[in-house]
Amino acid sequence: MRHLLSTSDLSLEEAVRILDTTAQMAATQEREVKKLPTLRGRTVVNLFFEDSTRTRISFETAAKRLSADVINFSAKGSSLSKGESLKDTALTLKAMGADAVIIRHQASGAPYTLAHAGWLDAPVINAGDGTHQHPTQALLDAYTIRRHLMGETMGEPDSIGVVGKDLSGLKIVIVGDVLHSRVARANVYLLSTLGAQVTLVSPPTLLPVGVETWPCQISYHLDEAIDQVQPDAIMMLRVQRERMSSAGGGFFPSPLEYTRIYGLDAKRLGRLPEHAIVLHPGPMNRGLEISAQAADSPRSVIVEQVANGVAVRMAVLYLLLTGESSAGTAAHPTGKENS
Amino acid sequence: MSSEAAPNQGSWAARNVMSGPDIDRALTRIAHEIIERNKGASDVLLLGIPTRGVPLATRLAAKIRHVEPDAGGTDLLGQLDITMYRDDLHHGPVRTVKSTVIPPEGIDDRIVVLVDDVLFSGRTVRAALDAIKDLGRPRAVQLAALVDRGHRRLPIRPDYVGKNLPTSVDERVKVNLTEIDGTDAVVIAQPETQDSGPVVPEAGQ
Repeated sequence: MRHLLSTSDLSLEEAVRILDTTAQMAATQEREVKKLPTLRGRTVVNLFFEDSTRTRISFETAAKRLSADVINFSAKGSSLSKGESLKDTALTLKAMGADAVIIRHQASGAPYTLAHAGWLDAPVINAGDGTHQHPTQALLDAYTIRRHLMGETMGEPDSIGVVGKDLSGLKIVIVGDVLHSRVARANVYLLSTLGAQVTLVSPPTLLPVGVETWPCQISYHLDEAIDQVQPDAIMMLRVQRERMSSAGGGFFPSPLEYTRIYGLDAKRLGRLPEHAIVLHPGPMNRGLEISAQAADSPRSVIVEQVANGVAVRMAVLYLLLTGESSAGTAAHPTGKENS
Repeated sequence: MSSEAAPNQGSWAARNVMSGPDIDRALTRIAHEIIERNKGASDVLLLGIPTRGVPLATRLAAKIRHVEPDAGGTDLLGQLDITMYRDDLHHGPVRTVKSTVIPPEGIDDRIVVLVDDVLFSGRTVRAALDAIKDLGRPRAVQLAALVDRGHRRLPIRPDYVGKNLPTSVDERVKVNLTEIDGTDAVVIAQPETQDSGPVVPEAGQ
């Protein structure tokens, strides 16, 4: 694993390895001293072409907990807003000696270009590109699901006891605006690689062309899906109204109708199996895709997802920035001596 | 800390230097030395360093408890993963991070005994000392190793040694334990031919 660009690139072994490393990283975050010296002297660049609060802060926290130096580059207030090309930005980062680049971009595929165009030697981590992928979000969702549902007693969180396990046998329903959601795409591929059965529930207008080729089931009816699938976890997606032209944008008749047909309210929450957990990638539109009762219920793991995000990103940075391939410069001749 | 890789197995002449009963006797002696040195074992906390330090610490804990049933209070045993404190993370393959298990009340004012299989350069112990520093402030830190093979590169010495094993740098020392390898033995291997270029000393081997 040289870069982390898409969850569809991850093998089962790689995905489980990231989740296992995440469990160990999460354990270190319960200590009094949370900082580890692991990436001391390495420089991680946060390159954000699109607004983001939690993902950027999460990556920044993760890098700092591993003692890496973090440089934040956001489109506003930098040369990026003066029209500098991605290539020139990449060359600048290379010249400054960036050891890893975390990129969020409004264009799908920008991280791939950055990783493969030869402008940069450093590993590239995709922090969300257009409507394509958001791998670390999917990994933190998978980690949260595994922690809650794969332990000895279902529903009791367990991080270390589930090390080595995938998600086989679990049924997961993802509801909402799949069309604009990189989180949904990333999750469908990752969760199915991990052996879970994924069902997408969405109005037909909010499903992308080609969705039938994805490794998942599709339904247009939330109530039917809940009754038939009996999901172990339900993930509500944010209705991305900023990506729809006017209010609703013609994707659905009215927000109220969307809420009635696709929103997770207390009634639908009650129809889920006893052990089922509720996820949401945030930020939530309370009252639109998720009601306050569902968001604040004890089965909601939405706040925990944010905490797990830091551990997942620590794991990804650790796995990409250590090891032989990360050396970059002069390799140590007798590097292995140790005891 | 032993690495899993053992290339060129065929061209290495191996000989057994400790048998299962030898290891058991050495651990029994170390257990008694720990109790004697610390005038009891009520504050002792054994921290095994993964991979093979963990079963060794488990065996030592059982032996100490056999003599002093209330040794260490409720927690006599833990484990300390030092992966993220290593100074050689840029070399070799990406290392798997393993679990660190310490008592819920922490390690403050305990007498921590680090347990590892082979003591060689001392770098693992240096990393372990850094890891301990982040976990708390023990009253003392001591070091137990089943085998001390010499060639230290840091000013570190063990407090309890199962066996001093004079080796040359290009030999490999491998500790096999039933819990991990299916058998108890300490094996020393040396290259049969010296003409294959300089041999890099392997981690703990």
